[in-house]
Amino acid sequence: MNTPVFDFLKDDVYKSVYEPSEDSFLLIDALENDLELIRKLNPSICLEVGSGSGVVISAVSKVFPSAYCLATDINHVAALATKKMAETNKVTVEPVVTDLTSAVRSRLLSQVDLLVFNPPYVVTPSEEVGTQSLQAAWAGGIKGRQVMDRFFPFVPQLLSTKGLFYIVVLKDNNPDEITEFMFGQGLKMNNVLSRRCGIEHLSVLRFENG
Amino acid sequence: MKLITHNMLTSKSLKGVNVGFPLKICATEVKEVAVDFNPEFVTRMIPKLDWDALCQAAESLGCLNDLPRSVNPNHENDEEFLKKAHHVLLEVEVIEGELVCPETGRKFPVNEGIPNMLLNEDEV
Repeated sequence: MNTPVFDFLKDDVYKSVYEPSEDSFLLIDALENDLELIRKLNPSICLEVGSGSGVVISAVSKVFPSAYCLATDINHVAALATKKMAETNKVTVEPVVTDLTSAVRSRLLSQVDLLVFNPPYVVTPSEEVGTQSLQAAWAGGIKGRQVMDRFFPFVPQLLSTKGLFYIVVLKDNNPDEITEFMFGQGLKMNNVLSRRCGIEHLSVLRFENG
Repeated sequence: MKLITHNMLTSKSLKGVNVGFPLKICATEVKEVAVDFNPEFVTRMIPKLDWDALCQAAESLGCLNDLPRSVNPNHENDEEFLKKAHHVLLEVEVIEGELVCPETGRKFPVNEGIPNMLLNEDEV
């Protein structure tokens, strides 16, 4: 998978958007590691939750031009950046401003083949969660889990039978606890890739129907 | 916002709304863009669409043209049909306007081609 071009993010318009960083690249690398698996799935619908700059979903769209790629973000400027990222890289990604998957969920039940989420995972005070500014890109609240925990119950509803869900997590998020919760929802976990990035110990976990 | 995306949006998360679909489109700016025709894409999306909602949306924007009101069961081999569907799904974009909840009349803005479906805390 090629990393999309994202020079345009230097423009002032996009300064409230989280720039592609180590976690974004780790997620792209994890998807690349699993590319054969995803190819076999031949995804029709790909959905990235919290797409930010759009670098990840644009990389996905480049590899799967016959898939419908949808991206959500709570921040309009991020959604705009996602659109621009796709246009710059000559792929089609459709951004929607919504909370997680609120506006698309009921139409996408059991339809999403590839679901991707690089959530706000940084441990912060609870009150920093859920703004519509740049802070929303990283502030994860207690254990860094407040946003992702809200999303987990929707994952089994959205995934198609063979669908795959990829999420970036921090060691501080307690991946074991997440895995246990998802197991209770009928999903099994594989740790695709882990990497130390500065002080952060990051992993990309893959969940699928087990 | 392409019409394929309009087909995926609902206002069901609004308090008291049962279905919230399809959202009515009130567009003030619509753009047509050329997108490469990919028959595989169109064929695979058709079973996932609400065809009536797509036709309704296209009609409200005046771009239904002669797109059939129902999907021919043999559409995979009907290139002419797939091209018409391709046009409506991917080449018509709502740039500015509003989406309206069919049950409550709540309006959601579309700006710079992006629908804003955010709700206030007291609406959830």
